[in-house]
Amino acid sequence: MHGFANPTRFLTLARWLTPLCFGLGLLLVAGALASGLFVVSPDQLMGETVRILFLHVPFAWLGMGGWSALAVSSLAFLVWRHPLAALAARGIAVPGAVFTALSLITGSIWGRPTWGTWWVWDGRLTSMLVLFFLYCAYIALAQAAAREGVSARIPAIFGLLGAINIPIINRSVVWWNSLHQPPSITMGQSAIAAEFLVPLFVSTAGFSLLFGGIVLARMRALIAETQAEARLRRKAQDFDTEPETA
Amino acid sequence: MKAKHQRLTLIVIALVALVAAGLLAAWALRNQASYFYLPEQMRAAPPAVGQAVRLGGMVAPGSLKTMADGVTIAFTVTGKGDAAVPVRYSGIVPDLFKEGSGVVAEGSLQADGSFRADNLLAKHDENYVPRELEGMTQAQAAEVAEKTTVGLR
Repeated sequence: MHGFANPTRFLTLARWLTPLCFGLGLLLVAGALASGLFVVSPDQLMGETVRILFLHVPFAWLGMGGWSALAVSSLAFLVWRHPLAALAARGIAVPGAVFTALSLITGSIWGRPTWGTWWVWDGRLTSMLVLFFLYCAYIALAQAAAREGVSARIPAIFGLLGAINIPIINRSVVWWNSLHQPPSITMGQSAIAAEFLVPLFVSTAGFSLLFGGIVLARMRALIAETQAEARLRRKAQDFDTEPETA
Repeated sequence: MKAKHQRLTLIVIALVALVAAGLLAAWALRNQASYFYLPEQMRAAPPAVGQAVRLGGMVAPGSLKTMADGVTIAFTVTGKGDAAVPVRYSGIVPDLFKEGSGVVAEGSLQADGSFRADNLLAKHDENYVPRELEGMTQAQAAEVAEKTTVGLR
């Protein structure tokens, strides 16, 4: 565990892991979408619109999975004070927000032909919108903390607090009557036919790798930024002290 | 106790309290945050006549009728047990609206106990079944459906 907390070791690992994630992710997503968009047969009720399943569901899962990972990173930062854990949380926030927004957008596009409406304020849609706002708040908070040079403790606490929304999103369609249907995939059971399930899982795996690749790339960028700033600061100090030593 | 163990204990206690508080709040919202009334809920605790509410349930098979004017439809929304609410609606119905599937009607309860809908939303269930199954024999389709269908709550 502590081995990975070493930024140098992380950078050597991330240097080849980032392109691997992107390459493999793109390959899986391309395969899954080609099969999902052109090969599988239409749904018996929804017809062709079922194909948006292969985008909407991975986006929604990753939006929620993103915050779960952000909360775990925040916990690791608060307890073990790993600076990399704080960077990981910051790296996750932006792709998490993007994937959540994409799930809201694709869901809206799907809702119009299926339900007959772009948007309703039911439990699932509302809690997912709250997740998007939480991501936005986290990004603002983490950037403010980084710019002011204060500890990342406050964004980390916020990341942990926000995790309460994840089980609420998950249970929203069970606790409350909602327009969104109850979960199709529950413990070991699936109400999705195997023909749809295989591209769905491949697509999810692919988008997860892309998500991971974005997080790694962002963490590397954040480390580079910190190093560049430190170097500039050192240079400025050298410059200040130079006339006296000379 | 090491400092990091202290922090861990503190955070775990705080998290447990937070989750408990969140779950209690969500539990309290149980009835308030529902998107619609089920027919049995509408029968047990009816909303005020004319108040804008939503009614959700299943369109009873065989109950869908088109009125003489050609644009008004009447059907019965059923829930668990024998609770049923007659609904009237004039307008365009969503593609997925049909007998035996889920519907959410926006409108108001009338004095005679029927429901006047201003808007209909189709509710999709959790089952995704490819169209190919339609061409299968009954036994094959039943077998596939059995494998992929979760029990109705």
